[in-house]
Amino acid sequence: MQSLRQFLDRIKPNFQKGGKLHMFKSTYDGFETFLFVPNRVTKRGSHIRDGTDMKRTMIIVVIATIPALLFGMWNVGYQHFLATGYEGTVWEAFLFGLSKVLPIIIVTYASGLLVEFASAQIRGHEINEGFLVTGILLPLIVPVTIPLWMLSVGTIFAVIIGKEIFGGTGMNILNPAITARAFLFFAYPARFSGDFVWIYGLPEAEGIIDGFSGATPLANAAIGNIEAIPPAMDMFLGVIPGSIGETSVVAILIGALILVITGVGSLRIILSVFAGGMVMGLLLNAFAVNPVMEIPAWKHLIMGGFAFGAVYMATDPVSASRTEKGKYIYGFLIGFIAILIRVLNPAFPEGMLLAILFMNVFAPLIDYNVIKANAKRRIKRAARVGVQENTAK
Amino acid sequence: MSQKEQTEKEPLFSPKNIRLLTNPLDDDNPITVLVLGICSALAVTVMLKPAVVMTLSVVCVMGLANLIVSLLRETIPPRIRIIVQLVVIASLVILVDQVLKAFLYDVSRQLSVFVGLIITNCIIMGRLEAFALYNKPWPSFLDGVGNAAGYGIILIIVAFLRELLGSGTVYGYPVIEYLGLYEIGYVDNGFMILPPMALITVGVIIWVQRARNQKLIESN
Repeated sequence: MQSLRQFLDRIKPNFQKGGKLHMFKSTYDGFETFLFVPNRVTKRGSHIRDGTDMKRTMIIVVIATIPALLFGMWNVGYQHFLATGYEGTVWEAFLFGLSKVLPIIIVTYASGLLVEFASAQIRGHEINEGFLVTGILLPLIVPVTIPLWMLSVGTIFAVIIGKEIFGGTGMNILNPAITARAFLFFAYPARFSGDFVWIYGLPEAEGIIDGFSGATPLANAAIGNIEAIPPAMDMFLGVIPGSIGETSVVAILIGALILVITGVGSLRIILSVFAGGMVMGLLLNAFAVNPVMEIPAWKHLIMGGFAFGAVYMATDPVSASRTEKGKYIYGFLIGFIAILIRVLNPAFPEGMLLAILFMNVFAPLIDYNVIKANAKRRIKRAARVGVQENTAK
Repeated sequence: MSQKEQTEKEPLFSPKNIRLLTNPLDDDNPITVLVLGICSALAVTVMLKPAVVMTLSVVCVMGLANLIVSLLRETIPPRIRIIVQLVVIASLVILVDQVLKAFLYDVSRQLSVFVGLIITNCIIMGRLEAFALYNKPWPSFLDGVGNAAGYGIILIIVAFLRELLGSGTVYGYPVIEYLGLYEIGYVDNGFMILPPMALITVGVIIWVQRARNQKLIESN
């Protein structure tokens, strides 16, 4: 640690004004503040400043995804072994998953950070660490069989079109990880739906058990194959096919706990997403005309990417509503629309993705109206108080 | 075409007239700067061939409509000028449509309703109202052709990118297959065929254009 600090201090003059590597200042800054808490002191006025800057906040989100990530790695191996009929230990399954998931993470980070560094360098900005989170969230919401070049294309598209053109981290309207996933979903639909993409090695791997289906619960639900939906306990634990990190509700809830305790993720949003989904599910149950609509509302909450979206995606502080009342509306509508799309539109087995993007776009409008309504209420109150004071005189 | 109308004083391709032709290609581009004619830019740019045919059709219609309206400008009563303009445009569009049906039937089917909808292309009405009604025939003709070319150049760029990335071909020629990219795992990007990607492509073109041409950046 000490030697690292000394090394950074030694090369620092090169990057300062007049130094020969001045043009790479933002790159240097990025690394320095990533490794050490900045020791800058506020010069004017009295400000409260603590160590929790954006980098620390982002790191907490990354930590919160670790349970889902580790579980996802194990599940990749487990599903593969299940499909091939191989009896592997927990460690074998985990190592198999690790070997498949690690390249996905590395490629995502490499292509995303390339764009981040390039654009910060071109604009002379500081490097933002927003991609730290996007880079870990994106691998968790793609199928394990995704070709790496596709992932790279999607990541670059999302960082440029979803974030950099709006001004970089903190300015984006849409959640970059969801943007990348949506881009990939529409661009390469064959790689994001069907029965073969969710488990590594299907359909050509040797020794596939006859009649083994790699369909996700949602894919089965979408075609009305209700009997094939696995038991609720399996879906809750996450031992089902699906995107790498989205299957286990348990792991996601551990992540949610970390986010809520540290104050990084908004409990309001998480709860209202679940509430919205539940309400829509119950409504559909009440007017059910086909087996898909009859799926119990609570089951929807543990299927597919619903829980993952609610905890990690909807709570993104940049693209979510910022007013406290707005967060209830924003979250509720995400859950509501997600289940609506999921059940009533057979073209999209999962609606969470589209629901979050949709509400990302509406979040500023919600905030605007919440603030307007508050201003109106206070003006009314002020007027009433004024009238009372006048009459008292 | 309209040499008769030309005054002796000004040469046919004076710098001013040349500007009428070239300005719409960049500084006053109808799509990227004036943001007109977006609907057809989204609709006919999936493939390069329909985009090229559309461009040629619009060049014909717009040049001739500007010319005719400019010739009639002294006689058109201001109150009914829109109707007269529409009649001129509609007649020309029907002519173009018939020619396409006779000689390029496949493309005509691909373009389907969009040839007819050239009538409602806001660029044409806009140029008639803003330019042809107040200017002599020759400059009006140049202005019409220039604006149509400015529209067409964007159409062709967008169509080229969408066809190459979305279908793997250029003007129907299977470039990607020829390069052998499919064998190493490349897959066409289905999103490029959908209309949203046309909008994003136009947006990226606007971005590139503004980065290059600082005049276009509004100060506020």
